[in-house]
Amino acid sequence: MSDLLKGRTGEWEMVIGLEVHAQVIADAKLFSGAATDFGAEPNEQVSFVDAGMPGMLPVLNEACVEQAVRTGLALNAEINLQSIFARKNYFYPDMPQGYQISQYEDPIVGEGEIVIDLPDGETRTIGIERLHMEQDAGKSVHDRHPTKTYIDLNRSGVTLMEIVSKPDMRSAEQAAAYVTKLRAILRYIGSCDGNMQEGSLRADANVSVRRPGEALGTRCEIKNLNSIRFMRQAIDYEAARQIEIIEDGSEIEQETRLFDSGRGETRSMRSKEDAHDYRYFPDPDLLPLRLEQGYVDALKASLPELPEAKKQRFMEAFGLSAYDASVLVAERETADYFETVAEGRDSKLAANWVMSELFGSLNKAELSLSESPVSAPSLGGLIDLIADGTISGRIAKDVFADMFETGKPAADIVEEKGLKQVSDSGALEAAVAEVMGANPDRVADYRGGNHKLIGWFMGQIMKASGGKANPQMVNQLLREKLDAGD
Amino acid sequence: MAALTDLTLAQARDGLAAGEFTSVELTEAHIAATEAVRDLNCYILETPEAAREMAQAADDRRVRGEGGSLNGLPIAIKDLFCTTGVQSTAGSHILEGFVPPYESTVTRQLWDAGAVMLGKTNLDEFAMGSSNMTSYFGPVMNPWQRAGDAAAKLVPGGSSGGSAAIVAARGALASTGTDTGGSIRQPGSFCGIVGMKPTYGRCSRWGIIAFASSLDQAGPLTRTVEDAAIMLGVMAGHDPKDSTSVNVPVPDYEAALGTGVKGLRIGVPKECRLEGTPAEIEGLWQQGIEWLKAAGAEIVDISLPHTKYALPAYYIVAPAEASSNLARYDGVRYGLRVDGDSPQEMYENTRGEGFGAEVKRRVLIGTYVLSAGYYDAYYLQAQKVRTRIGQDFHEAWEKVDAILTPTTPSAAFAQGEKMDDPIAMYLNDVLTVPASMAGLPAISVPAGLSGDGLPLGLHVIGRPFDESTVFKVGHAIEEAANFTATPQLMAGGR
Repeated sequence: MSDLLKGRTGEWEMVIGLEVHAQVIADAKLFSGAATDFGAEPNEQVSFVDAGMPGMLPVLNEACVEQAVRTGLALNAEINLQSIFARKNYFYPDMPQGYQISQYEDPIVGEGEIVIDLPDGETRTIGIERLHMEQDAGKSVHDRHPTKTYIDLNRSGVTLMEIVSKPDMRSAEQAAAYVTKLRAILRYIGSCDGNMQEGSLRADANVSVRRPGEALGTRCEIKNLNSIRFMRQAIDYEAARQIEIIEDGSEIEQETRLFDSGRGETRSMRSKEDAHDYRYFPDPDLLPLRLEQGYVDALKASLPELPEAKKQRFMEAFGLSAYDASVLVAERETADYFETVAEGRDSKLAANWVMSELFGSLNKAELSLSESPVSAPSLGGLIDLIADGTISGRIAKDVFADMFETGKPAADIVEEKGLKQVSDSGALEAAVAEVMGANPDRVADYRGGNHKLIGWFMGQIMKASGGKANPQMVNQLLREKLDAGD
Repeated sequence: MAALTDLTLAQARDGLAAGEFTSVELTEAHIAATEAVRDLNCYILETPEAAREMAQAADDRRVRGEGGSLNGLPIAIKDLFCTTGVQSTAGSHILEGFVPPYESTVTRQLWDAGAVMLGKTNLDEFAMGSSNMTSYFGPVMNPWQRAGDAAAKLVPGGSSGGSAAIVAARGALASTGTDTGGSIRQPGSFCGIVGMKPTYGRCSRWGIIAFASSLDQAGPLTRTVEDAAIMLGVMAGHDPKDSTSVNVPVPDYEAALGTGVKGLRIGVPKECRLEGTPAEIEGLWQQGIEWLKAAGAEIVDISLPHTKYALPAYYIVAPAEASSNLARYDGVRYGLRVDGDSPQEMYENTRGEGFGAEVKRRVLIGTYVLSAGYYDAYYLQAQKVRTRIGQDFHEAWEKVDAILTPTTPSAAFAQGEKMDDPIAMYLNDVLTVPASMAGLPAISVPAGLSGDGLPLGLHVIGRPFDESTVFKVGHAIEEAANFTATPQLMAGGR
């Protein structure tokens, strides 16, 4: 598959690197004890430290360190046993200290990698450059007063992990797959809820273009992309913009750009010349963070099975295709649901039911898996009824629709509605004889060589039985009776 | 009986314990003394009403058989410590009117021990200065005068100028100071009292308005070494709210005093013999050596080869940290705000009006040395020098138990002197800065008078967290010096 873009003057290759900011799930902020719940009233979750009061000092929250290390391990990354918090100095009204505590030269996590899943079932390994911890800023609210800006510091000091990829992606699709996979990993280990709408996960994209095989071009950074769809749009727009500029004989200026989702375009925010000099230096209020190898090892041992390993296991243990496996492992909840359904059952049947019937119904009803009216054991019960011949696959779909509606177990619905499959050979033989007797011309036609008509006979009998006739047995009986008269 | 304001902290403590007087009486005497020396401008805010209430509460506790080690003792607090419900300004216009809703750990511990707060003392703005001339609330006058020259108003040193002057003038039994490059020891020396800077990490910095985080340490200013030991015992201790405070036990400093210096090895660093040092300073140093020798200590010549780089490195590290620490004073949340048409303009107006010249100078220096392209040449290089200074001391501790130098290269100078020459002003700290850069405990003890009758201090530096030895050596100097001179401008007269 080629990801090359066609310009007026030939082919171009996109080069994308992503910086993802992920809000850490923790009981408190990075350097204060204030709570971090979403949706609190403005300035309800602000300690004196978060408000940058005089004489206040940061104290590192160990729970946040643990989440960063776990995330690093989940990214197969090097954990740096010593890391340093640095101050990034700049003025902004919603940044009370006048600096952001971040990590600069010595981040807690070094190089790692993520295997991304592409829609054609292919995979691609994307390098991770680093992961570091930093404080989030507060929020400026401009729409409450005609001339004044209000400031909400609830988010001030909340822990972010900045996860920086290598410039290893070559299309917006790959970038989307990267964020999707990264999000899955974060959610698997519970270090970030991945909620892009609430801003718990947001991405900055570094985009450049080059002729295939040539050195990297000048990049532009698109800030604060808060949905995967916008990110794709922004990257595609930006690459096209850059190609046009170069093809017109101009050069790309390194700059920071913003994506205007209304217009679907990126626009300049500040040029390289206007870039801040952040005057990073080690924060003298904090000692270097030192970790014991044993601590890291213990966290590693306690990590849950990660999406990539689960995908491989699903492919091997359940004989699933790479695509099916990657869909099922995308969320830990989905994977767990599927495993419960598949346990001791036909795994392909289980995968089909989960991916087509269940997902289809959930989508239509705009429900998430956790809101599903049909639980995993309940869906398993339905599949059991198919497997033991109690109902046919076709009836099962109706039963499922009922289950989805009412939340009742499959067996109850089958019982109540009398949907149990008819497998009594005497009754079925009678039904076959009745249909054949009522349609002598078609019987003759069949016997004259038009064997496709067996389908029509099947349909008649299934219809007459209200779908309850055991299709395998009907099929067998029909062949016996029809062929017998040849 | 001596006037209550002439008592040492220890004597007052014992007098209260013996029922010779009450805390209310002791406190009233100091409130009166404060009024008598008000012209010195030692306080930014006097808190007599709070003092009376705290004194009454202390007396009540004593009646119930309760009360901590400082129960009922009136002291003064440098206005760099945040105090709940009491204006805390750092000597700056930008924090004028700022009333913290929290109490610094050090002052909390003092109040928990029963101490009584007389007020918040004047200081150089954000503790940046060696003269107390940079305070927005006006200069502090040293209670000492040059012999035969009552007209010249002398500086008390800085930055803890108000804290030093009020104790010297018998307006408080003791005070708190903070020391970043000499801000306790230099004013202690200039005012003829004891100033103790403990090991970095010994006292919590939580609630102390930051100047340079890697250097700032709280410590006491008192009239005797014993009093300093009593004060530090209460001020010190690990605080989980300050990540740089160290979790080591606080020994009984008072008990360490009496054990003498016999057998202790005292280092005399040749690098501290600075060119141009007045002969009387050299002479005092030599006198100190003789006193300690006579008390049974062994004198050892040592070398601290990187000493001469300490001051220039300090004036990179401290402003660098300050430029960042002072970024929070932006007019957005508290303190002064001077409006503008944009946030940028509001910052400029607020900080332009709120900060004085010396603070601006250091913020500019600090911003410069951290800037892209200069960081390696200045900040990083200064940190390397700092490491070397630490190594110098580390090697010295293999040969000696404490180090003796003068505290300052001169006695107190007059208000207005050196104001047009920042470098000359910064040189005040040349002898105190090395211990600050290495985070070591150090004390200044009044040891003699200059030719024109001004106090001079001797400076003892010790191993990390070995304040006990520093107190011990300081005590030996105090006993030998028998410094009984008193300042001209003093409550109760001479």
